[in-house]
Amino acid sequence: MTTHRLLERRLLFVTGKGGVGKTSVSVALARQAVRAGKRTLLVEMDDKGALARLFGSTDLTFEAREVEPGLHAMRMTTEESLREYIRLFVSNPLVSTVGPLARILDFVANAAPGVKEILAVGKLCWEVREEHYDIVIVDAEATGHIVAQIDAPSILSGLVQVGVIREQSKWMQEILRDAARTGVVVVSTPEEMPVIETHQLINEIEERTQVSIAAVVANRSPRVVLQERDIESFNTLLDNAPGAVLEAPARLVQLALQRRATATMHLTSLAARANQSGVPFLNLSEVGGADDRVVVDALTESLGAELS
Amino acid sequence: MSTLDTASLIVVCGSGGVGKTTISAALGVRAALRDGKKVLVLTVDPARRLADALGLVEIGNKVVQVNLGDSKGELHIGMIDTKASWDDLVVRVAPSQDVATKVTSNSLYRNLTERFVHSHDYIAMERLFEAHERGGYDVVVVDTPPSRNAIDVLDAPQRMLDFFGSKLLKFLTVPTRSFVSSLAAKPFFLVANRILGAGFLGEITDFFTLFRTMEKGFVERNKRVMQVLRSDAASFVVVTTLENGPLHEARFLLGALRERNFSIGAVVANRAIDPQVADEVERVLVANDQRTMEEAAAQLLGSSTDRAPTIVETVRLHATEMVGNARVQRERLVSLGTAAGVEQVWLSPLRGEDITDLEQLRSIEFRPV
Repeated sequence: MTTHRLLERRLLFVTGKGGVGKTSVSVALARQAVRAGKRTLLVEMDDKGALARLFGSTDLTFEAREVEPGLHAMRMTTEESLREYIRLFVSNPLVSTVGPLARILDFVANAAPGVKEILAVGKLCWEVREEHYDIVIVDAEATGHIVAQIDAPSILSGLVQVGVIREQSKWMQEILRDAARTGVVVVSTPEEMPVIETHQLINEIEERTQVSIAAVVANRSPRVVLQERDIESFNTLLDNAPGAVLEAPARLVQLALQRRATATMHLTSLAARANQSGVPFLNLSEVGGADDRVVVDALTESLGAELS
Repeated sequence: MSTLDTASLIVVCGSGGVGKTTISAALGVRAALRDGKKVLVLTVDPARRLADALGLVEIGNKVVQVNLGDSKGELHIGMIDTKASWDDLVVRVAPSQDVATKVTSNSLYRNLTERFVHSHDYIAMERLFEAHERGGYDVVVVDTPPSRNAIDVLDAPQRMLDFFGSKLLKFLTVPTRSFVSSLAAKPFFLVANRILGAGFLGEITDFFTLFRTMEKGFVERNKRVMQVLRSDAASFVVVTTLENGPLHEARFLLGALRERNFSIGAVVANRAIDPQVADEVERVLVANDQRTMEEAAAQLLGSSTDRAPTIVETVRLHATEMVGNARVQRERLVSLGTAAGVEQVWLSPLRGEDITDLEQLRSIEFRPV
């Protein structure tokens, strides 16, 4: 079995409009990477704990741990990435005089533009550069914030003239701008707003940054409820249905057909955008069920089928 | 009676992707058409086709009136443009025009207002307050921006107050010459300079020194914003779908609203399978087996096709699945109602098409559960 080219990259940022299922898709991607024999690191970028819940475990920490065989997961926090950064890059005598970290942290998180982002993205690039893992998959920020994140080294080197950070933004940019290593996976659902945001985001990333798009994913694609050849008969049935025993259940199918037709229009638009950028378009079926972990299992299989 | 019917300020919140913008617009339409009120809906980023249909063509803070035909009520819609709103705000709170110009032309200003202390969230609350102060509307509905955490929107005004009172700001605005002599500040500036470069740190402190001159204006305004949000004038609506993620967030949000003494007007379960329809379907499926339904279908279809059995099988399969989903949703609705502790849990049924015009907005039903 050959590995899909998407999983040959070293760093994948998974983004999309809020609510489209970024976290689930990140997990499915990570599991597929593990199946392809990759040492895999999955990173949660915020502190919602959604990723930990999917693994049925308590909260993740900055220190990566194996949550499933071959799959390592960590949670990014500004405080710990700053701590690690200082340990790695600032000379020892200085560190001992820093005093309480809280003040610097407060400063970084609230007042210094771009520093928080670069600490996070720096940690990710560091893992890639040191080759601790074959692939790093990031459950990244939503569409509104992702550009500030992946482009942090460029933004900051525009604002800062000298200093350690400026020097370091160079090697980070090298990794981020290398299409063979780094890419953004844009997740959408086949609904109007997420699709619009997907188009806007891809345009923005391609125009403003030198980071490349790796794939477009349509999540929760409504399944086919009725074969194409039966649709006409079904409509006849529906027209004559009022008062018949079939009416109520048929109305539900009608709703599903409408949803599917609306979704098809949006899927076409997403596929066209992926094609325009020359990247894979992955269409993942909607999975019903009460338990999120079961849903993610099914999603992993759906993704596997699309990748093979 | 819900505070929603008496409030003059309605804040719509919830996690991303649950349909906040659509529900905000629908609440506006409802107040204008049903209650004949003069309504302003402030929204962040409406879907393009809906925006077009409502006549919202320009980006910016302009407010447009939507044509409602011969209705007694009026519907006005305005977009929230963070950048323009910040500029307006700075002019309003700055002690002088000179300071305002200096702030808005600072190289860090743009960058900071885009992301600093949840500035989108802050601006949404600010615009709501401004519309309320200015008057002229019976009801102002604000659609809150997509936030990483829905609670951030509610805390934005308080967070800004805290920032002005913070040690960090005092620290950053220490006159530059005393950096060297200040024992407490020295190590920080040594490391920060090393990492960020001296020039950058200087620019940051310059900006915050300017920013701090607006403290009085900001603090006074913020206190009034908080007062209005806590008063009877304001009512909060939490929107969610019946999926696990959004529900989790909604429960959390409801708790946070109560903790902050904000009044909860309604909880809207959006895109829910209609429970009455599900009940009816379940009854039909129990009362009629595949055979009976096949016969009924064959009769309806006449001799045009022999596919009746296949179609009926598909219909039954799908309908059974939907009834099952509806059952799961019902359990979640009940638990949401308990968590909400409010009279009103509303349901807005799942639809087949996108909401793209006024007619569809008008047809959004809010049904008490």
